Parts: sequence; structure tokens; C-alpha cells
Amino acid sequence: MGKRIGLEVSLSAAEAVKMANVDCIAAYPITPQTHIVEHLSELVNNGDLDAEFIPVESEHSAMSVCTGVAAVGARTFTCTSSQGLALMNEIVHIAASMRLPIVMILANRSMSAPISIWNDHTDVMSIRDCGWIQVFANNGQEVFDHVLFGYRVGESAQVLLPVMIHMDGFILTHVIEPVEFWEEEQVKEYLPDFKPIYALHPDRPVTMGGLGGPGIFSEVKVSQDEALIQSKGEILSAWKELGDVVGRHYHPIETYKIEDAETIFITQGSFGETVSLVVDELRDEGESVGLIMNRLWRPFPFEEFREATKGAKNLVVIDRAISFGGQGGPLAIELRSALYKEKNQPTFANFICGLASRDVTIADFKNIYRRAMEKVKENPREEDFEYYGVRGK
Amino acid sequence: MVGKTKTDLTWQEIEIGGIVPTPGNAAEYKTGDWRSIRPVWDRNRCVKCGICYVFCPDAAIYEDDEGYFEADLFYCKGCGICAHECPTQAIAMVEEEE
Repeated sequence: MGKRIGLEVSLSAAEAVKMANVDCIAAYPITPQTHIVEHLSELVNNGDLDAEFIPVESEHSAMSVCTGVAAVGARTFTCTSSQGLALMNEIVHIAASMRLPIVMILANRSMSAPISIWNDHTDVMSIRDCGWIQVFANNGQEVFDHVLFGYRVGESAQVLLPVMIHMDGFILTHVIEPVEFWEEEQVKEYLPDFKPIYALHPDRPVTMGGLGGPGIFSEVKVSQDEALIQSKGEILSAWKELGDVVGRHYHPIETYKIEDAETIFITQGSFGETVSLVVDELRDEGESVGLIMNRLWRPFPFEEFREATKGAKNLVVIDRAISFGGQGGPLAIELRSALYKEKNQPTFANFICGLASRDVTIADFKNIYRRAMEKVKENPREEDFEYYGVRGK
Repeated sequence: MVGKTKTDLTWQEIEIGGIVPTPGNAAEYKTGDWRSIRPVWDRNRCVKCGICYVFCPDAAIYEDDEGYFEADLFYCKGCGICAHECPTQAIAMVEEEE
């Protein structure tokens, strides 16, 4: 078993990148991701990590460098937040289309304006459809494990896609948590060297990112979408192997006390751990509640959700992002689609809360539960979601 | 073969990431069908200076056995630069019929 160390989650994330033995890091500092980049630059500077650290002039350049590095067949890492992600947006899409297994941590932060350095998931949703494999982490250990998982899955010859790890800004990035490090042997056993099928090399010329006109573009994009959908098999086996190696077992959705639950909370990110305590307290009060934490945002685990919500009467979906003018939060929209054809559909109560790190406490989640129970009696329509804790609402 | 606009490839046959795995196949790409006008040389005016050959941005003009110049219509996009640059106005841009 690896050593258990109390460390800021950002620093342990950087240590995981070191354990993955990356060849190149190209990143631009932005709050709340900064500590990850700073620590990596120290590791490289001190000779603890034999990698090229490229202090780029912008996030657009960071992702461009990563794309070039991955295209020659080297292992590369970057991380960003919010506005930085927005600036690199163009290349985020290209990295996925060119099937380059970059790993990026996104320290989730709101999109301006007003300027907010604090946490929510509106940055995630701005690149929802970019074609990356996307996982949410609930805590520091999950971030650490998923850095190694990211390279293991992304670089697999059956997948070849970039992987994004979402961690809540400040709520995770800036807290000290106990994290169990992997042993070197465990990393070796779990993560083979990156062997790309195609790589840029003068002796074997190939063209990457060429022109695709109307006669071929659709076929190329369908092959990309199929790759993301089919990646799930490799994702599941990589989680299985991770469990075999380090004894922590991950799944597309994590469930808590849902077996007999009438009402199920559904969360993404660090809300999950808070709501698990809420479930305990509500059960002590005699309420029939459970929790599903979504881990795999893309490819979305439709089947797992259908299976897990069978028998549930009500779903209380907690979103940490707005889909302006849409039917509630992005997670709720996805779930409604997933369950649309199901018999005995549960009722939906969707709440948007925790924007820009506004605290949502156990007491708040209990209020949300009570409001949800009132709401389901009103037989709400799809677009009837609520902002929780907003003055005047 | 991502560069081709007409192809029978299914999505399953697409190389990973739409990569073109063999070099030098831009020559297979017909750009002549972009053209709406084409250059026609008047050999009575042509002085065989080769300025059209030099200026053609697509290297679509070749010199024939007699030293006159012609456009390779597989590639010529009909941009008209040759006609514009010709010092003796020996090149006319003629509408494509169909």
C-alpha cells in the first residue's frame, strides 16, 4: 500500500503527474489552478521530474503545445480554469478531433462576468461537447488516481482521446486532505508507455488535422463520436484494474443508500460528499432518501442511470451551472433525456445552487429536499427548475 | 483521404483522427472543378517569356515542346493571375460553358 500523506490537493495532483512521468508540461497559471502548475515547475526545476516545462504566454498556447507534443507521441499535461479554458477553447476541440491523449485537470471556476475566481461548473459546460473523456472528482484522492487513470485510458490504442479531470476550485484545490500515493511498482503495473499508432516523424510523414470538405467531414466526426462512445469499455476496465492495483473501486456513477430510496439526490463534483451526510441525517429523521454521484460526464452513463433510478419516485438533481434559457441545469437536462422513454418515470426537481462557491450546507440541502417534496406535488414541467438561495427568488 | 471532397469511405474506414497516412497525395486532389473561367493563350501575341508560369500560384502552368505555355486544367482554379501579369495581353480568361 502506498504512503498516506496530508497534502494540499493541488500539490498531490502535481505529484500524480510526476508519477505518470510526463515528458512535457505546458501551462499558464490561473486561479484556482495555480498551485498545480507552480508545484510542477518546482519539480522540474529541482530535477525531481525529467520533463520539459514550457511556460507559455497564454492558455491557447498551452493547449497548442500539448497538441504538438502529443502528436509526436510524448506524454503531456496541462491544467486550467474558467477564462483560461475559454481562451484555449479552439485547441481543446482540435486535440479531441486529432485523437491526442492529453490529460488536463480543470479546476472548476465560474465564467465571467462578473469576475469570479470561485467555484462552479459553468466552465465545464462551455466545453461539454468538445469530445474529451470527462470525469468529475469528489475529493483529492480521486484527483490523484484519475491522473494515472487518464493516461491509462486516453493512451490506450482502443481509445486515443484526451481526458479531462474536473475538480472543484478552492473546495478541492486549496484544501489539505489525506491522499494515498501510489508505489512506483503500482504505477509501472498500471500505466504502460505511450505507444501512438501515428506520430509526427520525418521518416514516416503523415498529415494531421487536414482539410475535410462536405464529402468526408461527417464520416470523420462520426468516427470521433463512436470513439468516445466506445471508450467506455476501456474506461470500465481501467477502473477495474485500478481497483485491483490500489484497492479503490470507481464506477461511472457512485450510489449511496439508493436500494430502497423513494427519493434520490443526484450530484456532480464535491457536492456529493456533503449530500452523503445529508442522506444519513434525513434517514435518521425517517426519510427515504439516497444519492447518486455522477463521475463520468462524457461519455454519459445513460444505462447506469436508468438502472439505478428504477423504482425511485423522485429525483432531486443538483446543478452547479446554468444553461441560460434552457430546461434547468445541464445535468438535469441530460438526465431527463436519459429517462425519457422509461416506464414509471420519476418526478424531477432540479435546483441550481452553489454558484461562485456560495456555500450549500447540510441544512441547505435539507431545505432543498423539503422544497423538492412540495414541488413534486405540483407536477412540475421540464423547464420548472429553481435557483436555491437566491435573494428575491 | 480527408482532402478529397468525393469519396466512398464509410466512417469505419476513416483513419484515427482523420490522419492522412501517406505523403504526397495532394496531387490527387482535383482543384480544376473550382474554376468558372479558364485561361486561353493567343500564340500570335505570346513571346514565351514565362511570366505566367512564374506567377501561377498553383504551379498549374506548364511549358510545351515548342516553348509555349498551357494551363493544366486538372489543377487550374481560373484565378486569372496569369492573364493579369502577361506583358503582351496574350492570355484571355474565357467563361466555362457549363
